Amino acid sequence: MEIKYWNKEFETLDKQSLKKLQLARLKETVSHALRTPFYKARLKKAGINGPEDIKTLDDLKKIPFTTKDDLRECYPNGLLSVPLDEVVRIHTSSGTTGTPTVIYHTGEDIDHWTDLVARSITATGAGKSDVFQNMMSYGMFTGGLGLHYGAERVGMTVIPIGGGNTKRQIQLMRDFKTTVLHLTPSYMLHIHSKIGECGFSVKSLNLKKAYLGAEPYSENTRGKVEDLFGIDVYNSYGLSEMNGPGVAFECVHKCGMHTWEDAYILEINDPKTREDLGAEKEGEIVFTTLTRKATPLLRYRTRDLAFVHKGECKCKRAHRRLSRLTGRTDDMLIVNGVNVYPSQIEEVIMRIPQVGNNYQIYLEKEGTLDKLIVKVEIYSKMFGGDLGEIEALKEKVKIELRAAIVINAAIELHEPGVLPVFEGKAKRVVDTRQKL
Amino acid sequence: MAKQLHIFLENRPGRLEAVTQALYDSKVNIIAFTIQDRGDFGLMKLMVNKPEQAYLALADKGYACALKDVVFISVPDKPGNLSRLATLLLKNKINIIDAHGFVLDPAKVGICCLELDEKDMKKIRKILAKGKFRVLDEKELYEI
Repeated sequence: MEIKYWNKEFETLDKQSLKKLQLARLKETVSHALRTPFYKARLKKAGINGPEDIKTLDDLKKIPFTTKDDLRECYPNGLLSVPLDEVVRIHTSSGTTGTPTVIYHTGEDIDHWTDLVARSITATGAGKSDVFQNMMSYGMFTGGLGLHYGAERVGMTVIPIGGGNTKRQIQLMRDFKTTVLHLTPSYMLHIHSKIGECGFSVKSLNLKKAYLGAEPYSENTRGKVEDLFGIDVYNSYGLSEMNGPGVAFECVHKCGMHTWEDAYILEINDPKTREDLGAEKEGEIVFTTLTRKATPLLRYRTRDLAFVHKGECKCKRAHRRLSRLTGRTDDMLIVNGVNVYPSQIEEVIMRIPQVGNNYQIYLEKEGTLDKLIVKVEIYSKMFGGDLGEIEALKEKVKIELRAAIVINAAIELHEPGVLPVFEGKAKRVVDTRQKL
Repeated sequence: MAKQLHIFLENRPGRLEAVTQALYDSKVNIIAFTIQDRGDFGLMKLMVNKPEQAYLALADKGYACALKDVVFISVPDKPGNLSRLATLLLKNKINIIDAHGFVLDPAKVGICCLELDEKDMKKIRKILAKGKFRVLDEKELYEI
């Protein structure tokens, strides 16, 4: 198998040189972080007053973890470490409650990110002769823009269609002979069920590869998609706090996702003891950014669970390979590739006086796609007795939820006292979806 | 104004049974009812002999319910009378939000229960009197 590199020097660094590079970049990151009041206070407490206090990579352990709550508390600009003039883009994402989190990027940051994505694409064997249909949402969601710029840098022909509109997607795949897709696994399966309805067959398309991410899926699902479409499927991992896609990506050997360790320090941590875990042991993924100036993050706890594969990859890249995600340390839900916290839904419900405090979140499959149903109770003391009022209430819950979680939920109204009573132990989330 | 009892109910087996049982238990008599269906749920509207008592009984059991102002009108059970009533309200620019009706005494008395956007009872009585329609007060209605 031919191995293509985007940046051979950095991709094939030997372990020693990679560590040396990481140390130099960590020092730089720490000095940037010290420009923010948040890290200044936190690092000082840990005895780190300047980059000179980081002497070896082991000194990383002295640095306290950063959590999603820290990002929320620093919103909007507590973690900005460059003058705003140098910032060219911001991406916000939903926090665990109403407060979002934000990542700032300088032009150089975007350039680094784009390069990592270009590297990832190249590692899968794709190149400038490919037609790339980017079916992830654009906008604040980093999946769309991240792959977009990387694909353009590689020189692919990019179709920036974004998510949804299945018939148009299939039409464009056919008309422009798309070879590479980027989307969620559930949407990929949905597409398959609709190709026939559009009057085409899979064979009439020119597909060769698909990058599937934003949702966990199994090796079986990869096999299923590969068989249904006759293509190669590559797993992709990223999170907005670490820019977005392009953090870890599979190469042509499809044996775990190379984590670009010249850009991120990867730790796998025991979620309980915080002990550093070796290869093949499942733990929480913790990342430190090494090349981002505007928003450096040190030892960021992703709350994603995975492990690192043992041994070396045949592609000769020294960058360690991350397994498929095996779970979460929190209650985050992934609905058609969008991250949702039950607490965000709860917050919306609690501020609408016409519904009661009890609610339930149902997740179902509608075909291969996810359906989110939010069940709420009418609050009897606020009930006026009009049908129009009930319908307006249903619409209000739907619109406020969409504003908070960027998902269209189906709202079910119930009589008071029907849903499980609001106590710590009540089962609020019922997930009947079969795992992909 | 006269009162009608409105109840929010889920559309699933047993809801009508539960409501009617609760009303029976509190010795309330149902004179007429209608249900507006909206798929998952519906709004039940009841004319009952003791609206306050019925409301308290259901509210106590936790139902989402409310008493709404309505007008009970005696309409002679003869062709053309409902149309005449509608014309009269139209001429006076009164909108009918919702309505239901039933025949109390065939060929003689029909009853219309109207939710109107006009809440001034004095004005409503005056207008209806012009068309020779009789507004029934609650007591009158429940004693028929």
